[in-house]
Amino acid sequence: MTTNGMLQLFVYLAALVVLAKPLGAFMARVFQREKTFLDPLFGPVERLIYRFAKINPDEEMDWKQNAVAFLLFNFVGLIVVYALQRLQQFLPLNPQGLGAVSPDSSFNTAVSFATNTNWQGYGGETTMSYLTQMLGMTVQNFVSAAGGMAVLALFIRGIARHSGKTLGNFWVDMTRSTLYILMPMAVVLALVLVSQGSVQNLSPYVSASLLQPTADTSGAKVTEQVIAMGPAASQIAIKQLGTNGGGFFNANSAHPLENPTPLTDFLEMFSILMIAAALCYTFGKMVGDTRQGWSLLAAMMIILVVALFVAYQAESRGNPKFNALGIDQFASAVNPGGNMEGKEVRFGVANSSLWATVTTAASNGSVNAMHDSFTPMGGLVTLVMMQLGEVVFGGVGSGLYGMLVFVIVAVFVAGLLVGRTPEYLGHKIEAYEMKMASLLILIMPLTVLLLTALAVVSQAGTGSISNPGPHGFSEILYAFTSQGNNNGSAFAGLNANTPFYNITGGLAMLISRYWLAVPTLALAGSLVRKKLIPVSEGTLPTHTPLFVFWLIAVVLIVGALNFFPALALGPIVEHLMMMQ
Amino acid sequence: MFLKSTRTAIITIALFTLITGVIYPLIVTGVAQVVFPEKANGSLLKKDGRVIGSELIGQPFSDSKYFWSRLSATSPFAYNAASSTGSNYGPLNPALLDGAKKRIQDLRAADTSNMQPIPVDLVTASGSGLDPHVSVAAALYQVKRVARIRNLAVEQVRSLVEENTEGRQLGFLGEPRVNVLKLNLALDNIQSTREAK
Repeated sequence: MTTNGMLQLFVYLAALVVLAKPLGAFMARVFQREKTFLDPLFGPVERLIYRFAKINPDEEMDWKQNAVAFLLFNFVGLIVVYALQRLQQFLPLNPQGLGAVSPDSSFNTAVSFATNTNWQGYGGETTMSYLTQMLGMTVQNFVSAAGGMAVLALFIRGIARHSGKTLGNFWVDMTRSTLYILMPMAVVLALVLVSQGSVQNLSPYVSASLLQPTADTSGAKVTEQVIAMGPAASQIAIKQLGTNGGGFFNANSAHPLENPTPLTDFLEMFSILMIAAALCYTFGKMVGDTRQGWSLLAAMMIILVVALFVAYQAESRGNPKFNALGIDQFASAVNPGGNMEGKEVRFGVANSSLWATVTTAASNGSVNAMHDSFTPMGGLVTLVMMQLGEVVFGGVGSGLYGMLVFVIVAVFVAGLLVGRTPEYLGHKIEAYEMKMASLLILIMPLTVLLLTALAVVSQAGTGSISNPGPHGFSEILYAFTSQGNNNGSAFAGLNANTPFYNITGGLAMLISRYWLAVPTLALAGSLVRKKLIPVSEGTLPTHTPLFVFWLIAVVLIVGALNFFPALALGPIVEHLMMMQ
Repeated sequence: MFLKSTRTAIITIALFTLITGVIYPLIVTGVAQVVFPEKANGSLLKKDGRVIGSELIGQPFSDSKYFWSRLSATSPFAYNAASSTGSNYGPLNPALLDGAKKRIQDLRAADTSNMQPIPVDLVTASGSGLDPHVSVAAALYQVKRVARIRNLAVEQVRSLVEENTEGRQLGFLGEPRVNVLKLNLALDNIQSTREAK
């Protein structure tokens, strides 16, 4: 760990906190349909969408109507992405003449982008035409993120309102999230990325002659290097902002044409958490008590900082097996040092550890270094951040509604301990709420662990492993942890583009997105009906430091109890082996 | 409710495909091509109208007269910019250690007099397999070898390394680094001007 490394982490975290209030307040205005400075630009577009799609923006819907809208919207989007991949060879904007994607891979990818996961069994530059990337991936990057934000807005209204029935209108929240929040930021970020060197064109790949010819694996002489091109920057901007994470190129944000400089790295990394952090403030604003939002942000931030230091420290130490070989892993003014396998020199160990922690804390899943090559403890951090249920920031929208479910559990357990009726922001927490909350918390570990178990006992599962020993098990655990939490990053050595992984992974992604979003809406539908209970002596305050630590404890205990045995078999054993 | 919502879903997807899938990327492409044409098209390096690489994409070097880049795990050859990938070797994978040992052997064989410890980035593969940079330490490690083979003064080669070093951005972001392709092009350049004289 270096002073300069620490400085970079500090600036990052500070910027996140500073921006939470202005951006959060702006997003609250968007969800509450108040005037914003973007109205002159996007107001006409918004009204046009409502007119064509026959949406009445003033129509309020109950939780079931909203759930149906959310599911149908996702289903139609999923079909479009599937069809584009299967038919891309007949469609325009395919200068490399890439063929149809296989049915199982197309299914996996369509689910992956519709569910805001962006798990990628394929390599972008060798698989997807520019048209598929634009109409399939880029569109879903916007609308799957906006869908998550819309579900959050509906959920927040369930908490903010009392003795009501309706939660708002999914179509309106989704449309406004896209137009007023995601779109303007994406345009600005994309152009900044291009100014630094991210590519943005529709040209065929470029051939460059190598300065020194080389040979391929068969011994044949190679004199040219073909450089992949495409409309990358526009897709990268929204993949980060929308916590999607799917790379335009196979190496994702490690690729120099996706992430050319330390500045783009900082901005891309910042975009991963920016909206999720600010939504905490939005929540506080919409429930009429900003302290409630700050306390959630504090809980998330504390977990993030601890995880970050564990990862940074582990990666800085490097690989002990290298020490005997006369390799210099010490960080100095001229040498980034540390565990550099799978990392880029321009980012070094500090930025790679920061990115890895941030991308798994959020359900983003883009990478600027290969997680498969991290030290066991660095890899453990990424696994744990996902296994906490993607509630430490998490996906835009989905992370916060996940955390709010943990808040309800925390309030309930605290109520049991002191023998008081649990309540949260004026809502009595009763049997129905707890049933939904338990469902929400149990589905994910069940999906992840059962599918991991299935993979390790089947030939189809173990055949894809690329690293020997416990690391091979970690690869499988990571794959289902990532897909079962809509993250999308990978221990990419695992060959996941097989029918077995495409189908089981697709199921994991479907379950973790929709089986969680629907009970979440049901929970909101139940909360909104409750009569307001005024604050009394017996009310547990949910904005105090005490509650923040209580909430952290609940999140960690649930996560640890579910996954400790599995982690012991993977990264923990590997760490002990490495230290021998 | 179901039928009406289905129709709304289909129409909204169509509209958002148009707005976020066509208009948005085309506007960004248009502005990018006008304002940053060079960057938007891959920061290509050209010589006599021929593309000889990209500033942002590394190339493989094994000749002792050139500075070597990092290892690359792309296939079927190193630094294949049409198929980016890392090695994805775990820290205990024997293939990782074998690769590092092979690299150390090659480096030592190319310069038997140099017994300094080898900077770690020079014996590891990057995440993209296309890393255009090495650390300043990795470049300095190779200076004497390159100077000797090219019959150049060590100081001259060292100052070329400095010229091709990019510092931390805004003073604190990222790591200092040396662009290998640009450095090697600069080396060939002084060599050919000298021969022309």
